[in-house]
Amino acid sequence: MRYIPNADADRQVMLREIGRRSIDALFADVPQAVIDAHRPLGLPAKSELEVLATLTRLAEVNTASRRIPLLGGGIYDHYVPRVVHHLASRSEFVTAYTPYQPEISQGTLTVMFEFQTMVCELLGMEIANASMYDGATALAEAALMAERIRKRGKVAVAANLFSHQRRVLQTYAWAAGIELVDVPFVPSGRSDLSRLPEGISALVLQSPNAFGVLEDLDGLKSRLGEALLIVSTYPLAMGALQPPGAFGADIVVGEGQCLGLAMGYGGPLLGLFATRKEHLRQLPGRVAGRTVDVDGRVGYTMTAQTREQHIRREKATSNICTNSAHCALTATVYLASLGAVGLRDVALLNLEKAHYLATRIAKLKGYSLVFDAPFFNEFVVRPSDGDADAMHQRLEAEGFLVESPGAMAELGVPNALRIAVTERRTREELDRIVKILGGKR
Amino acid sequence: MRTIFEQGPSGAAEGIFPACDVPAQGAAAWLGRDLARSEAPRIPNVSETTVARHYTRLSKLNYGVDDGIYPLGSCTMKYNPKLNEDVAALPGFADAHPGAEEVHVQGCLEFLYELTRLLEGIAGLPGVTLQPVAGAHGELTGMFLFRKHFELRGDTGRQRILLPDSAHGTNPASAAVAGFSVTQIPSNACGTVDLEALRAELDDTVAGIMLTVPNTLGIFETDILEITRAVHDAGGLCYFDGANLNSFLGRARPGDMGADAFHFNLHKTLSTPHGGGGPGAGAVAVSERLVDLLPVPRVVKRGDRYALDWDRPKSIGSVHSFYGNVLVALKAYAYILQLGDEGLRAVSDNAVLNANYLQERLKRTYALPYDRLCKHEFVLTSEGLADGVTTLDVAKRLIDYGVHPPTVYFPLIVHEALMIEPTETESKEELDRFAEILERIAAEAREHPDRLHEAPTRAPVRRLDQTAAARNPVFTFPFEENAASAP
Repeated sequence: MRYIPNADADRQVMLREIGRRSIDALFADVPQAVIDAHRPLGLPAKSELEVLATLTRLAEVNTASRRIPLLGGGIYDHYVPRVVHHLASRSEFVTAYTPYQPEISQGTLTVMFEFQTMVCELLGMEIANASMYDGATALAEAALMAERIRKRGKVAVAANLFSHQRRVLQTYAWAAGIELVDVPFVPSGRSDLSRLPEGISALVLQSPNAFGVLEDLDGLKSRLGEALLIVSTYPLAMGALQPPGAFGADIVVGEGQCLGLAMGYGGPLLGLFATRKEHLRQLPGRVAGRTVDVDGRVGYTMTAQTREQHIRREKATSNICTNSAHCALTATVYLASLGAVGLRDVALLNLEKAHYLATRIAKLKGYSLVFDAPFFNEFVVRPSDGDADAMHQRLEAEGFLVESPGAMAELGVPNALRIAVTERRTREELDRIVKILGGKR
Repeated sequence: MRTIFEQGPSGAAEGIFPACDVPAQGAAAWLGRDLARSEAPRIPNVSETTVARHYTRLSKLNYGVDDGIYPLGSCTMKYNPKLNEDVAALPGFADAHPGAEEVHVQGCLEFLYELTRLLEGIAGLPGVTLQPVAGAHGELTGMFLFRKHFELRGDTGRQRILLPDSAHGTNPASAAVAGFSVTQIPSNACGTVDLEALRAELDDTVAGIMLTVPNTLGIFETDILEITRAVHDAGGLCYFDGANLNSFLGRARPGDMGADAFHFNLHKTLSTPHGGGGPGAGAVAVSERLVDLLPVPRVVKRGDRYALDWDRPKSIGSVHSFYGNVLVALKAYAYILQLGDEGLRAVSDNAVLNANYLQERLKRTYALPYDRLCKHEFVLTSEGLADGVTTLDVAKRLIDYGVHPPTVYFPLIVHEALMIEPTETESKEELDRFAEILERIAAEAREHPDRLHEAPTRAPVRRLDQTAAARNPVFTFPFEENAASAP
């Protein structure tokens, strides 16, 4: 076995040193009944060449990656500058463990510190952790954190949250005994914030929401009283959009896949989690802090660990240990490569191209935009004959990858398609979509 | 350590993206002034050269498995095969959108389905979910399953989870996040669960037990069958933390030991890299009574097509946005395919041999509080090495010798613990080199303790002021301070 360097001769010497006759003798402490019950998989070993060939063939079975994606809903087809992968792939980053020994982990720790800073800058917040698993668990943990702070037993949740985020939030809230109350949406696609539920620990909003629509956060915080404002957002859009922090949000979370990560059939992802300094003690997850060494040199270390499971055990703010550190590193290198200017540019490309397509589809006979509130790079279209399936099929037949109408139906918007447009879509592709939809049926 | 924020502006990121090829109107025109960003984030605009050099420089301040032995106990820092990385980067997998309809992602679904079957076989259990993305996430999923199990039976009085005192901190934390209270069970003189103490706690308020097998001392729970039988007899369920699977992979199965739920750490046992703290993957295997409760969606096979099954009314719901860390699972799949049955068994054979060899040699120099056959890891103590010398000193001195220290101060039941896990991917030569260094440090502890107290002196930074970091928290780059001090 090529990943095991010892030869039989080494093993014999080692067994002699420890005074055991055989390898089997090293397992004498495992009950014989357990050993006897073991059944192999019936799996022969394969060479590297065979495994690569098998999996390359399997990869090619996925037609999704060869189509032109108009899919969004939290995961987007963004362009990643080549330099990002090259730097993030350095084995010193990839094969390192959690930086428990800071003196030989300054690479990972410095990047964690840069990441936290960039997340705060993007979202307009004061402190951020070193990452959560994904946007959905970040949101669920935000609700748990708000409940720890306000203890009302109830959290209000916008109905236009991404379905996948809602499902995870529901699971966590069920186990924690937190009641979730729905906040419906109005015809514009925005949440109905005119009548907010009473006695809640927090209000959870998503902006841009599951319809791509931007919520009106202006003045909302003051109307919430004691309840915390949790906003789930689209980090890349922050290049063009006013961040939730600017509207007084208490906790801001987001799915960071858009910041340089592969779509990867939905994982690994990157949960962003940011809040205000006053809530530091309730923050879940790891945090890197700046300090100095005994010679006064600046260095970085994991800190504020008295919140964490390895010290506080059942009283910890979360059970999270392993997070998405390498995804956070990738996002950091991505943001450093773009800079504020590149981030603004890419966000504007998304915005302009999406609006170009939406405007042209809306002008076609037989189609309309379902919602009229401002949006970022994603919008919902409804054919006037109500046959979203046919619309879906026509786009699929021309090589596009389109979401099933079921996704919008699940959110209470039947017979409609959600379309996302990123910087990777060319005008030629967008014009082709308009032509397909405008053509004779 | 200079951050990216301290690199002088050296040019913007022009030329990454093409110019806008549709008529542009600007953010304010589309969104209105209130929604358009008014103040740019302070992310520096630097050239690609600057970015490449900055992150390359930072990478060199790190230590990875490719640099040498990384003997962190309970972390299984084995070599990460390069093939796995390339497989996960294949565009067919890397560029697949999770919202794509089943017909377009048959390759993804097929390998998820096949990997699920293989993990069921390794665990000896009839159901596996790949959705949890970390060990602690697997534990949490397991605790959700326990809660649901009792809820469906109307047995809601079971609110306690029992845990041995050697448990990892994530265990009690996961139980608590799932709404359980935690009761600690003491270890006996052998370092394993005290059966009598366990039996005394078992009643109808107990939902179950969380065990690490072998435990965090690296000792197999010889009474494992008695333990799980006692818990089951009392109506409880058994959770196994699979962090230490490397010690019996291909030789024994949690299902045959009485586990109701067991999590794999794909990023430990199945060779996927740790990435400086994640992403991992924490697949959970379950016994028959929990299969219907597993998270949705489930990957199923219908005829010769693969599909996502959402219709599981007893399910706990979802614990991740989509289907878990798919690209991490893919690396583990490539690893299992390469190893086959023989290779899987060779992993535990060599992991346990390496650990026992190192234990035997090092116990002559360092005290070994639980002196017995170990599995894939063992726990030494620095107590009695020399007056005034701590485990922290030993760990920091190891850094001076160019080696990553073991896990320190864990498990909590051993004072001044040094928890060492060599893994199967280290050679006898590397083990001997590591042992020699530790022996030299033990000698230094007596003859030149100052060398240990001063250590590390050859690392990029020396010991960091942890107290200052906690007392005066600086979690983000102080832009204002930096501007004030600029020339």
